[in-house]
Amino acid sequence: MELILDITLLSLLLVTAVYIAWTRDLFAAVMLAGIYGLLSASFFMSMGAVDVAFTEAAVGAGISPLLMLSTLAICGRAQRANPQRAILALISVTVVGLLLISATLEMPAFGSPDAPAHLHVAPRYLTDSMREIGIPNVVTSVLASYRAFDTLGEVVVIFTAGLGVLSLLGLQGETLPRQVQSPMAEPSHLVLRVVGKVLVPPIMLFALYVQFHGEYGPGGGFQAGVIFAVGFILYSLVFGLDAVERIVNRSLVQALAALGVLVYGTVGVLGIVSGRNYLDYSGLAGDSVTGQHLGIIAIELGVGITVAAVMMLVFFVFSAQLVRGRVVQHAS
Amino acid sequence: MLTHLPILQVILPLVAAPSCLFLQKSRLSWAFTLLVSLAAFVVSALLLQQVMSEGSIRYSLGGWDAPWGIEYRIDVLNAWVLFIVTGVSTAVIAAARASVESELGASRQTIFYTLYLLCFSGLLGIVATGDVFNVFVFLEISSLSTYALIAMGRDRRALWSAFQYLVLGTIGATFILIGIGFLYMMTGTLNMLDLAERLPAVESSTAVLAAFAFILVGICLKLALFPLHLWLPNAYSSAPSIVTAFLAATATKVALYLLVRFTVTVFGIDFSLSALPLQSLFILLGLAGVFVGSAVAIYQSNIKRMFAYSSVAQIGYMIVGIGISTVAGLQATLLHLFNHALMKAALFLALAGLVLRAGGCALEDFRGLGRRMPWTMGAIAVAGASLVGMPLTAGFISKWHLIAAAIDSGFWILALLIVAGSLLSAVYVWRLIDAAYLQGPDKSLPEQGRNEAPLGILIPTWGLVLANLYFGVETSLPVTVTQAASAYLLGGAP
Repeated sequence: MELILDITLLSLLLVTAVYIAWTRDLFAAVMLAGIYGLLSASFFMSMGAVDVAFTEAAVGAGISPLLMLSTLAICGRAQRANPQRAILALISVTVVGLLLISATLEMPAFGSPDAPAHLHVAPRYLTDSMREIGIPNVVTSVLASYRAFDTLGEVVVIFTAGLGVLSLLGLQGETLPRQVQSPMAEPSHLVLRVVGKVLVPPIMLFALYVQFHGEYGPGGGFQAGVIFAVGFILYSLVFGLDAVERIVNRSLVQALAALGVLVYGTVGVLGIVSGRNYLDYSGLAGDSVTGQHLGIIAIELGVGITVAAVMMLVFFVFSAQLVRGRVVQHAS
Repeated sequence: MLTHLPILQVILPLVAAPSCLFLQKSRLSWAFTLLVSLAAFVVSALLLQQVMSEGSIRYSLGGWDAPWGIEYRIDVLNAWVLFIVTGVSTAVIAAARASVESELGASRQTIFYTLYLLCFSGLLGIVATGDVFNVFVFLEISSLSTYALIAMGRDRRALWSAFQYLVLGTIGATFILIGIGFLYMMTGTLNMLDLAERLPAVESSTAVLAAFAFILVGICLKLALFPLHLWLPNAYSSAPSIVTAFLAATATKVALYLLVRFTVTVFGIDFSLSALPLQSLFILLGLAGVFVGSAVAIYQSNIKRMFAYSSVAQIGYMIVGIGISTVAGLQATLLHLFNHALMKAALFLALAGLVLRAGGCALEDFRGLGRRMPWTMGAIAVAGASLVGMPLTAGFISKWHLIAAAIDSGFWILALLIVAGSLLSAVYVWRLIDAAYLQGPDKSLPEQGRNEAPLGILIPTWGLVLANLYFGVETSLPVTVTQAASAYLLGGAP
């Protein structure tokens, strides 16, 4: 049964990937990229990597197609391809593909207990993390404590990406004309309006659950931040950017994006202040397990804040660009 | 506090970056960035001193011992690179204010300095860490911020150059990640020293060979090794002048460090040399870079672009040094890494001053420059001499060591070719001298009076120029450190 499932998922992945490369219609490519994300999430799920699957579902199938669609709204959906380039690309992809396949030949079998990855560092994570850190989700223990510095780096990557978008698009002409609204904000889209309004509260609630339940089940700051941002983005798609900007505006999300990184970084410094190493949470409370738990909650909060803020920031900046484009069109 | 020096090196600019975003005034964010950079420089000097006297330092992040947690490991090699990166950054940022103000406008400066700090901390993070996945994370930080910084250049071509670099840089980073994935699959560890211990047992497998190939190609893309250098001239010539000065002196150096770290420390020099014909590959590609880069540089009319091609050539020399793969060869590479950072930072800072005053840096702008901007042109002349490798400049020292290393290993022809490459660089530097001092000012244009770059740019530029002269005569610091580093890396001395 599992074999059939794997074969089906993998063949679907292959077909989707080939079609994405093949099609000239960028809108179709983006929709398929979303499907690709969902398929990979299912595949990760069937391999038992629940946390990875969750992230892929939230990012690959959720927010990245949304952002790509906003880009298409600005740039149009037709691809201007260069066939000569395609041949060159095909050759290099084939070479890299062959190298990848040759490397997998000596790969340890999937799930094999003798695989080096399961024999060296993993046993300590599996057997001792409950005693050392005291939370049941081992993935969270590794990400948020054993290898917390990588996670800090990842949060900074996201912050950098948001700032990069802001530096490119965000600062030309600060004040925007307000007369152009989201096309879906018209009353004729009644179904969308009702569904949108009904869906937003459960999305927010779910985001909070994912944020604070990450130590016990799959989830954590990354996924929660994305889901939280999607709630806002969905609302602004249906009711227009103005409606959302009454609650959060761009300078607020910009500040929040920086704040999340600062929260994470400061928790690390508290480790030094308590006489231990950077990012060592053991000294944050009386006993080390409580300290670890506290530290993980705090840094996950930082992650969630930055991720949600950056996603909203990118969407706001894209939409502002879109509105500006429409105004130019109207004027001409 | 001294025990926390390794992490302070990286965490200081890393936490400073988001804080900088809250500073609304551009002058304030500049002063803040300068202060952070200076502090990082002090930390790196302390680290270098500590490593030279007491040997390598290990620092476990989160208090978890490696290989379960991530560790920072500072030895002579990365202490040296940290020292170079922070030193150059301090000089560049000290000169940045006027140039950034004129090239970016008022509203984007705070974001510029925030992105700069992110890039700075990314580069430092790559160098300081002893964990291969951590390398990838900080590579992403430095790469993303670099793309954004390049795209902030004055004209619209900057966007296209940044995009080109983004595509190639992302391919490079992905290759490195694939390689790291294979390494983890075969050994179960991500720690560099642990990998070095566990790799020999599985080194005959195709997976490890593929990992080596992917990591090598990925790093060489970042390094702009010929023929993977195509992104570099565009990126350097269209980025804001200050960004060019910083990147030219640091980013490729950090990639070069990674190359040494992976081939020598992680995979081990014996494996690296036997798995692929690396020795001849590096010497050939390095020489090709030297000659193609220099030859193309001669024909450039945009001088920023000319020095960008010259960087491709200079990277070639460093790769040749690794290719020789003896203690002396590696030492020549590490020396040139330092000296090239000094000369290119000085040259690009001087160009920043020229762009500020003349509005561009085409060859025509150099006509009569010796009279209009004597100090700026003087800096270009001296740093140019160092680039060519004239005696009494820093450039001479590294070329000398490289030639000596080549002759030591019996590569006579290689030594001759290195001299020939230097002659080519003399040709393109001479074009500037000729235009600035020997050709009179353009008669068709109205007479221009003296219009020197502001002191804010001149002082750091001349600081670097004097360093070029100082380290051309008093070589004990770089020579001792690089000698210790290459001996440590290739076995032998501690």
